[in-house]
Amino acid sequence: MGSKEGTFGGWVFRWEKRLTSSSQINVAIPFISIGLALLVGGLVILFLGFNPLSVYRSMFAHAFFSRFGLMDTAVKAIPLMLAGLGVALAFRMLLWNIGAEGQIYMGAYAASGVALSMPGAPAYIVLPVMLLAGMAAGAFWALLAGIPRAYFGANETIITLLLNYIAVFWVDHLVFGPWRDPGSLGFPITRAFSSAARLPSIAGTRIHLGLAIALALALLLYFILYHSRWGYEVRVIGESPGAARYAGMDIRRNIILVMLISGALAGIAGMTEISAIHGRLQPGFSPGYGYTAIIVASLAQMHPGYVVLVSFLLAGLLVGGFSMQIAGLPLAVVSMLQGAILFFLLGSSIFARYRLTVRRKELV
Amino acid sequence: MDSAFYIAILTAAITAGTPLLYAALGELLAERSGVLNLGVEGMMLVGAVAGFLTTVATANLWLGVASAMLAGGALAFVHAFLSITMRANQVVTGLALTIFGTGISSLIGRRLIGVPLPITFSDTPLPFLSELPIIGTVFFRHDPLVYLSYLLVPLVWVFLYWTRVGQNFVAVGEDPAAADAVGINVNLVRYIGVIIGGMLAGLAGAYLTLALAPVWLDGMTAGRGWIAIALVIFATWNPIRAMFGAYLFGGVAALGFRIQILGWPISPFYLQMMPYIFTILVLIFVTYQGRARKLGAPAALGLHYDREDR
Amino acid sequence: MSAGATLAMRKITKRFPGVLANDRVDFYAQHGEIHALLGENGAGKSTLMNILTGLYWPDEGEISIRGEVVNFRAPRDAVLQGVGMVHQHFRLVRSFTVAENITLGMRQEGFWWRPQVVEQKIATLAATYGMAVEPKAKIWQLSVGEQQRVEIMKMLYRGAQILILDEPTAVLTPQEVKELFRNLRQLAESGKTVIFITHKLHEVMAYADRITVLRNGRSVAVREKAETSIKELAHLMVGRELSPEISKPPNTNQQEILRLEGVCALNDRGLPSLRNVSLTVTKGEIIAFAGVAGNGQRELAEVVTGLRPITTGRFWLHGQDVTSCSARQLIDAGVGHIPEDRKGMGLVPNMAIMENAILKSYRDRSVCPGYWLDHKAIRQRAEQLVTAFGVKTATLDSPVRLMSGGNLQKLLLAREVSAGPDLIIAVYPVRGLDVAATEYIHQLLVEQRNQGTSILLVSEDLDEIFKLADRVAVIFEGQIMGILPIKQANLDEVGLMMAGARASEVALG
Repeated sequence: MGSKEGTFGGWVFRWEKRLTSSSQINVAIPFISIGLALLVGGLVILFLGFNPLSVYRSMFAHAFFSRFGLMDTAVKAIPLMLAGLGVALAFRMLLWNIGAEGQIYMGAYAASGVALSMPGAPAYIVLPVMLLAGMAAGAFWALLAGIPRAYFGANETIITLLLNYIAVFWVDHLVFGPWRDPGSLGFPITRAFSSAARLPSIAGTRIHLGLAIALALALLLYFILYHSRWGYEVRVIGESPGAARYAGMDIRRNIILVMLISGALAGIAGMTEISAIHGRLQPGFSPGYGYTAIIVASLAQMHPGYVVLVSFLLAGLLVGGFSMQIAGLPLAVVSMLQGAILFFLLGSSIFARYRLTVRRKELV
Repeated sequence: MDSAFYIAILTAAITAGTPLLYAALGELLAERSGVLNLGVEGMMLVGAVAGFLTTVATANLWLGVASAMLAGGALAFVHAFLSITMRANQVVTGLALTIFGTGISSLIGRRLIGVPLPITFSDTPLPFLSELPIIGTVFFRHDPLVYLSYLLVPLVWVFLYWTRVGQNFVAVGEDPAAADAVGINVNLVRYIGVIIGGMLAGLAGAYLTLALAPVWLDGMTAGRGWIAIALVIFATWNPIRAMFGAYLFGGVAALGFRIQILGWPISPFYLQMMPYIFTILVLIFVTYQGRARKLGAPAALGLHYDREDR
Repeated sequence: MSAGATLAMRKITKRFPGVLANDRVDFYAQHGEIHALLGENGAGKSTLMNILTGLYWPDEGEISIRGEVVNFRAPRDAVLQGVGMVHQHFRLVRSFTVAENITLGMRQEGFWWRPQVVEQKIATLAATYGMAVEPKAKIWQLSVGEQQRVEIMKMLYRGAQILILDEPTAVLTPQEVKELFRNLRQLAESGKTVIFITHKLHEVMAYADRITVLRNGRSVAVREKAETSIKELAHLMVGRELSPEISKPPNTNQQEILRLEGVCALNDRGLPSLRNVSLTVTKGEIIAFAGVAGNGQRELAEVVTGLRPITTGRFWLHGQDVTSCSARQLIDAGVGHIPEDRKGMGLVPNMAIMENAILKSYRDRSVCPGYWLDHKAIRQRAEQLVTAFGVKTATLDSPVRLMSGGNLQKLLLAREVSAGPDLIIAVYPVRGLDVAATEYIHQLLVEQRNQGTSILLVSEDLDEIFKLADRVAVIFEGQIMGILPIKQANLDEVGLMMAGARASEVALG
């Protein structure tokens, strides 16, 4: 087996570099990946003793074709979109920030702190302060990895991931300890926020203002990345750090800025979740949004516009997954499917750069 | 506090460090061949559940270990295929492995929560050695999997530095073009490195469910896979240093646990954070120290090799 | 002639995506001879030899060795048939010892690594062929010439009967070149076949017995050295007359542009790599740095462009102290840079031509009036560059990685030159380019000089230096061994200085 060519039963396979990039393939790959992952997931579901077709049907029917489910899908797309935008920005610059989950938790923590300490403040004061606190806490948490990375080249992947565990323990500590509501009958939850500290919903739905924030930020990020001077710097650094240095760009400063923004976006996700959905800090309020955000960003190929679309798709998968629990299938099906989607995405992305040629082996 | 306390902590450091050691040795082999596999956490979980399931079904611990290694190796094969043959980004592929492993282990293990193991790896003191003062207690009153890891460390060391196959291995991670030019099959070596790495991660998982815990819980690895990856950097890709590192990290976890038992007035959550904080600090310190020297990381780590890239 | 050849390659064809690298090439070599494979860059020499060593598979054709048809599927097969190749970029593991590298991957050496046994065998072999190597040394500790010797020993240890060297002299001083060919002659006399790939005509005439000329992927001629001349070979290799000398009016301007005083800097490993470098560059001159690669040229280029900090010493530009200025400040001060690594530094391979055109000027008011980029202005800028400098491309939106080497370098030069710099640092600007592109770029650099731009040219090709430079500075182990006006320099002197002799010593000797 050579590195370039392989043979199998008289046939020769080889990867040939594409001389032109094919945009159809780039667009098709995410959809093909999801399809193939559902196929493999279906086999696993079959193996577990369920009928995959009916499971999928009820999943999709619930997530995309029922009023309640669709609403739920939109609600769950919000944190995915926000954190996904942050992850996409960081991945763009080859900063492997996989700590969105921890940054969400820290954002929620800081927002809760504000809400609990300003019980009498009006909404127009408490909500912006919560938002800022959430952003700051998320950014701070990301910088704990970003600064060592920028100054000593410490591995940000491992550090951001380990920080997730610490953030979860920190919130656990608060809700089991100093912040526990005395009247909670022993449940690990804080007091409920004042109604002023609750992010309002959009008329008559459960979809909250976070959606508007997320969409606005996606648009902003798109313009910054593709139409601004700084966005140009970020893209150049991500493609080629050597060229960026050569062009006089300050890589260290940009690592810190990108980690800061990336963490702040996840922090906003934490704030909107805790303010709009739960109204109090409680453990396990995120079903792994921060991890799913990694898949969102990868499927969206780090493009803010696609992040919006993909968040709805994966939110639907998540909502569908919740509905399957009723049928007795654990929620873990969702993360298995997510992993499989990513496998197929990664496996097929080679087709965007290479073309596989197969021909009969000649007798030389 | 008396010497018994310290001996107890040291002893616990070995047990807590053993899964880290297996996983770190596996990752070390994969990285030495030039492939970064961030899916250790996922492979450990899959190994943990496979080992547990098999042992529950057959009441045979060694069959459990074998199936754990098989499961870890199978997941590693996916990583090898995607990152070597399909040339996918190794970082994202590793993450996918962890996400997939977390999901599928929890699916497989959904009926195993709360199920007792019919048999577990129990401590079997080694004759003579266990009688040694202090050392005997700390090192030689453990279960067979701990003893196996004592053998594995020198084995890996000898393999890497004193056998010609091991040299091929290191050469592929350092300079695949040089290895290719003398006829070493770069992809084959990398496949082997990644798959053995996955098998050892699976074994690390089995140690959790068959010896340390011994129960199955969702996500019970709790970041040990990531700590093992950090450990490889700490060990500067040297198996002997990985052993010391594993026991050091194990010791920090054991310390927290002991303090909790003593009932000191510290939030248990703070104690649980300790291994993670410690790992982060060590990682930053080690990279700070080794900025200029690049720490002895394999020179081609994380890079694809394409012979016709000109 | 083909009958009874030690090595016969018949009708070899190899296609790469978009390129026909070898087109029915015939190549024959005998034992006991030094055979030159001559051709310009891109003629298909390396491809042909990579096929011979099993690295690539030919699409068509047949190879036979000592009359037997062979079919190499991997380098190992070629090695077993006694074919060994020393690549231009050495295939040595830098962190390994000489002995480890020489025996790497050999199955017949047994399971265990036994350094004493191997070192003993290497010493014996080294004595046989009169080649000094230190088996215990690590590769990174060796000079380039020594590393090359390790590569040759590696092949001999594996029993190579046919030894191929790809551009073996590119990285050597003239004295090292003589030493190399002394060794190679000895190998040929002991019955081995030595093939070397080159594009340097005088080298071929000095050292080869027989010459095969390749042009555009085809073998165009085979000549005995005694029956040919440089002139004929040049004609065969290029297929047309070489263009006349580039016109270079004498430079009388004495205005100082750049001055370095006692500059020291570290390399990437944190070791001293520039020691006490002092020099002055005046307006409108080309000063060339001659030296074997790895003697501080890269670091010098990076210091002058602000990419590498100066540890001690001073750096003036236009009489202003810029010692601690950043890369960005130096770009703004009018320093252009054509880096050694085009795809890793000078251009962003995955980005469009348009976006690469503004890599240095993306902060200019003209393309970025405020915070937002003006895509229309960018497109215009890119269009200007592409038309003015004859860069061949279908659209401005296609990624740069799809362009050929010559086009890439043209785009890079176009961008740097059009910024109107006072000083250009050009590092190996024509490496790997074909003759047409090389001539174009030489012409362009001289035009820039004639218009008053000062140029620091880093090159390892003395022909290029003697053709373009006004003065030559020889660099060795990070020190300037001497600076000579090109009219007073001769090849031997420069060669000795490249090996570490001071200008004063050379003049005395």
